[in-house]
Amino acid sequence: MSSNLVKAGDHPIYDYRVVRQFSIMTIVWGIVGMGVGVLIAAQLCWPELNNLFQPFTHFGRLRPLHTNAVIFAFGGCALMGTSFYVVQRTCQAKLWGGWLVPFTFWGWQLVIVLAAITLPLGLTSSKEYAELEWPIDILITLVWVAYALVFFGTIVKRKTSHIYVANWFYGGFILTIAVLHIVNSAAIPVNLFKSYSAYAGAADAMVQWWYGHNAVGFFLTAGFLGMMYYFVPKQADRPVYSYQLSIVHFWALISIYIWAGAHHLHYSALPDWAQSLGMVMSLILLAPSWGGMINGIMTLSGAWHKLRTDPTLRFLVVSLSFYGMSTFEGPMMSIKTVNALSHNTDWTIGHVHSGALGWVAMISIGAIYHLLPILFGRKEMYSIKWINVHFWLATIGTVLYIAALWVNGIMQGLMWRAFNDDGTLTYSFVETVQASHHGYVVRFVGGVFFLSGMILMAYNAYRTAQVAREENADTSSTAPAI
Amino acid sequence: MDKGTWGAISTVLVAIAFVGVCWWAFAPSRRKRFEDDANLPFADEQDDATTTKSKR
Repeated sequence: MSSNLVKAGDHPIYDYRVVRQFSIMTIVWGIVGMGVGVLIAAQLCWPELNNLFQPFTHFGRLRPLHTNAVIFAFGGCALMGTSFYVVQRTCQAKLWGGWLVPFTFWGWQLVIVLAAITLPLGLTSSKEYAELEWPIDILITLVWVAYALVFFGTIVKRKTSHIYVANWFYGGFILTIAVLHIVNSAAIPVNLFKSYSAYAGAADAMVQWWYGHNAVGFFLTAGFLGMMYYFVPKQADRPVYSYQLSIVHFWALISIYIWAGAHHLHYSALPDWAQSLGMVMSLILLAPSWGGMINGIMTLSGAWHKLRTDPTLRFLVVSLSFYGMSTFEGPMMSIKTVNALSHNTDWTIGHVHSGALGWVAMISIGAIYHLLPILFGRKEMYSIKWINVHFWLATIGTVLYIAALWVNGIMQGLMWRAFNDDGTLTYSFVETVQASHHGYVVRFVGGVFFLSGMILMAYNAYRTAQVAREENADTSSTAPAI
Repeated sequence: MDKGTWGAISTVLVAIAFVGVCWWAFAPSRRKRFEDDANLPFADEQDDATTTKSKR
């Protein structure tokens, strides 16, 4: 195994220990979170599966466990790990913060474990993507402040004059998530396990979706764009297509995303003007979103042949295509008349997963495949062929998943709005559930594809670390190999 | 001032800010500087076993 502090020529020594920890936990939590996802997808096909250990395995309790595990455990570990790596490499400075660095890692793992315990117990504040109760919210705040201190502290002591654009995206993500978490989680505690939101009625809904959509915009987009701006150029071995475009689309993206949340509340008690504002801002968002996608994909211009031989690069580039697709779909779905059809249907879940599996997971997987050999002091992953197999498992899984839910969602929307001549509803709700069964089975199969790719990745990572350890043992027991 | 006037003023201000960012980013005087900045990920590369250098 390589040492935790890596010597970098005439540059300072970097701290890779925490990056390695976060990278491994990204894979572990990915398997856990996606495994729970596959289980609850199966519950929708075969409802008896709800009864495994009632009431802890009920869909209603496992669903927030799935979302928290994939977004904050899998995605969070990927973001924290890569940001700690990128900020060191592009600032040419070792991580600042001393004990704050391990505190960030272990604190975040503690948050995840507490979530995995409390959510199946039914302890929830019932705010989507912010279900955790107030003591855990306070722990999240402490860990997040530590994370911000380490990240910005490292930027302050940088050796380079310019702050590379990836760090702008990571920094925007860290600051905005801090504000969102504190405002949305404001609550009045009743006891250790129960609290009530500090807001009421339509204001509570607006605060919730201001938070919820910016969790998408800053956690799942800006943070991962930071990842994209480092790992795509590195893996393609050429600088980003247009640095100027990255600046313009950074400022446009962060200043527009923050207004888009109201599109989750179309035709609700929210004032009409706020709904329309949310819709218009969501439509404008297409431009900065595609600015990032074009910038990433065009980085490969003149080097497209690398896609033939490099499955890691394929992960990174295909993630950008899914990013482009879902950031076209999102503005379209935020149009009020389209939303009248899509809202509360499986189309929404399909859209989320086109972003979550296609964009967030694939770019993280690509970044981790780039990182693991460096972190374990190897030339490349144990098996490049397995990365390619993983790529196809992930792509087929994502396509099956989103195609099934497009069909289901549009069908449900059309059935719900079908009226007879006398004004009664043509279909009862349960008929739309029955009609969704085949789509749910296809979605389950897609999830199994994606999950098996992650398990293959874990084994590949294990073998990579294993070989690195053996090589190290060899060189230390015999004469130093040249 | 009513809500509409505030809306109009803020729209104009945001438009000016956007044009300003575009001007700052695309001004020819800064082109060389951004080309160098775009190469920051490759500035400390001698320790990477994985990357093989081909000229960009």
